[in-house]
Amino acid sequence: MPHLSTDVLVIGAGGAGMYAAIAAAQEGASVLLLDKGQIGRGGATIMAQMTVAVALGEQEPDSIALHLEDTLKAGRGLCNGELSALLCEDGPKRIREMEEWGTRWARENGHIKQEMAPGHSVKRCCYVDFLNTGPAVAATLRRKVSEIPAIRRLSNLAAVDILVSEGRARGAIALNFVDGELVAIQSKAVILAAGGLTKLYERNSASANMGGEAYALALWAGAELIDMEFVQFFPIGHLAPRLVGMDPIMWDPFRYKLGGKMLNGKFEEFIDRYGSTDFGKYNATRDIAAYAILKEVEAGRGTLHGGAYLDFRHIPEAQLRGAFGPVIDRLLANGIDLTKTPVEVGPMAHYHMGGIRVDVNMQTRVAGLYAAGEAVGGANGANRLSGNAITEAFVFGARAGSAAAESVTRARSEWNDQLADEALRRLKSFGRDSEANRIAPIALQAELQKVMWEQAGPFRTGEKLMAALMRIDEMRKKDLPRLRVGAARQFNLDLQDAFELRAMLATAGAVVRSALARTESRGAHQREDFPAPDDTFLKNQVLELKDGEIESRWLPPVRVARSSINDG
Amino acid sequence: MAEQATKKAVLRVQRGASGETIRSEDFDVPYEEGMSVLDALRWIRAHLDSSLAIRYSCINANACKTCMALVNGEVEYTCIARLTPGVVTVGPLPKRPLIRDLITDVIPEDEKL
Repeated sequence: MPHLSTDVLVIGAGGAGMYAAIAAAQEGASVLLLDKGQIGRGGATIMAQMTVAVALGEQEPDSIALHLEDTLKAGRGLCNGELSALLCEDGPKRIREMEEWGTRWARENGHIKQEMAPGHSVKRCCYVDFLNTGPAVAATLRRKVSEIPAIRRLSNLAAVDILVSEGRARGAIALNFVDGELVAIQSKAVILAAGGLTKLYERNSASANMGGEAYALALWAGAELIDMEFVQFFPIGHLAPRLVGMDPIMWDPFRYKLGGKMLNGKFEEFIDRYGSTDFGKYNATRDIAAYAILKEVEAGRGTLHGGAYLDFRHIPEAQLRGAFGPVIDRLLANGIDLTKTPVEVGPMAHYHMGGIRVDVNMQTRVAGLYAAGEAVGGANGANRLSGNAITEAFVFGARAGSAAAESVTRARSEWNDQLADEALRRLKSFGRDSEANRIAPIALQAELQKVMWEQAGPFRTGEKLMAALMRIDEMRKKDLPRLRVGAARQFNLDLQDAFELRAMLATAGAVVRSALARTESRGAHQREDFPAPDDTFLKNQVLELKDGEIESRWLPPVRVARSSINDG
Repeated sequence: MAEQATKKAVLRVQRGASGETIRSEDFDVPYEEGMSVLDALRWIRAHLDSSLAIRYSCINANACKTCMALVNGEVEYTCIARLTPGVVTVGPLPKRPLIRDLITDVIPEDEKL
């Protein structure tokens, strides 16, 4: 018998997972919401100090069609147009719904205030002051989730396997960190909302729990992944001086609101050398800015910590305080006085455009298996517009939740004890201590992060990718069975790391294989051995697991007819 | 820079699970200007003893609010508590039930199995 039973199991309780849980419960389903950390406190959402892009048209005239046009343009021809359109179309509804539920979007003259952000053609990005968007929306959703009796929340449970029989998801096996036990969960539908993969990289802006588990769980369950080569490197992550208590990607809103000069190590402006313009206006898209900074570093014109300077010295203190009040004090407490010294910034892994392949109802090709949020691939193509990630979390979460709840009214609940027992037996032996086991999981994670950063990071070559792939395969086959996890039961972090690493290696393999096969440069995927875009690659790479190994095929991107956009 | 690199902090950390003998263990950690206590705890896990049980999620942003511990006798978020050279004592939250090492039971009752 399963330990737990529910209609809809939601894996991951960030923005997408909580939204999915609410939507599923509103459709009448019982919901079990899991998070490996604490409900509503892990993942990427709570880290977002940034803005949310939605065509509300409150600041200036805007339309869903225009938001879509900007999203597709940033995606460099590879967006799944249907998913992009859904994101743009439902975004405004979700933002207003969040306001009804208590999120206090920054306002001005009686309307929601919207700012300009790179790649957007109008002022479209709303936020919560001061740099508090993520924590504020996470708090709203936590409260909402806790008020709904049909949602059972469980913290410190990590899903480690999806149970599938006869092509249908039947539930999952989860590791309970509190006592180290594996738990069998029965459900009629499963929603993977466990976020992205930025923890695969040594330099990242992520929280501790973004190891790419959603992608690995999907692959193992028989679902497909798409666009896995497209990892977004945020161009101006904070490098120095040491800054605590702030998200490392905090400088973007500073640039939207105040301008701010990007300078190389010789204090020269340089973005114009890379086919874009900048000069205080910040128009360069993320892929171009990341590329330009690293090229300057490579040419010996970087800063001490291997990045570029971001300089606000030309902006009067009163203006700095007017825009960011308390944040200026937090910076001063870190010894950073923006009127006197520039800060050092550089690219770091920030977001994953690729992910689980789904239809417009967020369903994978496995019946009853859905995905939501960053775990979904396709909506952002080869490069994501700033502000689209939180929108995507809300919109895809809501859609996945209602679609999954609708599906369970048709699904018969068939629990197979044998299926669960086999999975439990297989997983229980994983990481079992023995004399031969000598590798600390955290050490292997660190090596993987280094391999990914150096050989599958912002600049790639066939040679480096091949070396990465060989090492990743070796880790998966030889090292993974030799992990040392100790005997502690309660909060055994080695055991947690070991299960996480198992997923990280599967996901890293998917990223590297996809990056090897795309012999061109497009958006966030930059190949030094193939530096130009090649339009024969205007197609998406789809991965699946066959006999334990990844196989890929190419499909033309899903386009959307402009006339079908509902601009209500 | 050279002088900084030779400085160290000694983290005196409470170890042990509920029901076990509670002990204190010292770890030498290389000190760099600006480091947080959480940086030092993560350094210990990566380089000295990966079995040290700590709770955190957002690492650096003070957004998740899950990394609280007792630092030099004061309740602090370890991600923003600055490390200082010399001895720094770190223990679990005193008013919460101990689970293991620095992890206490802070999870709301209705979020537990």
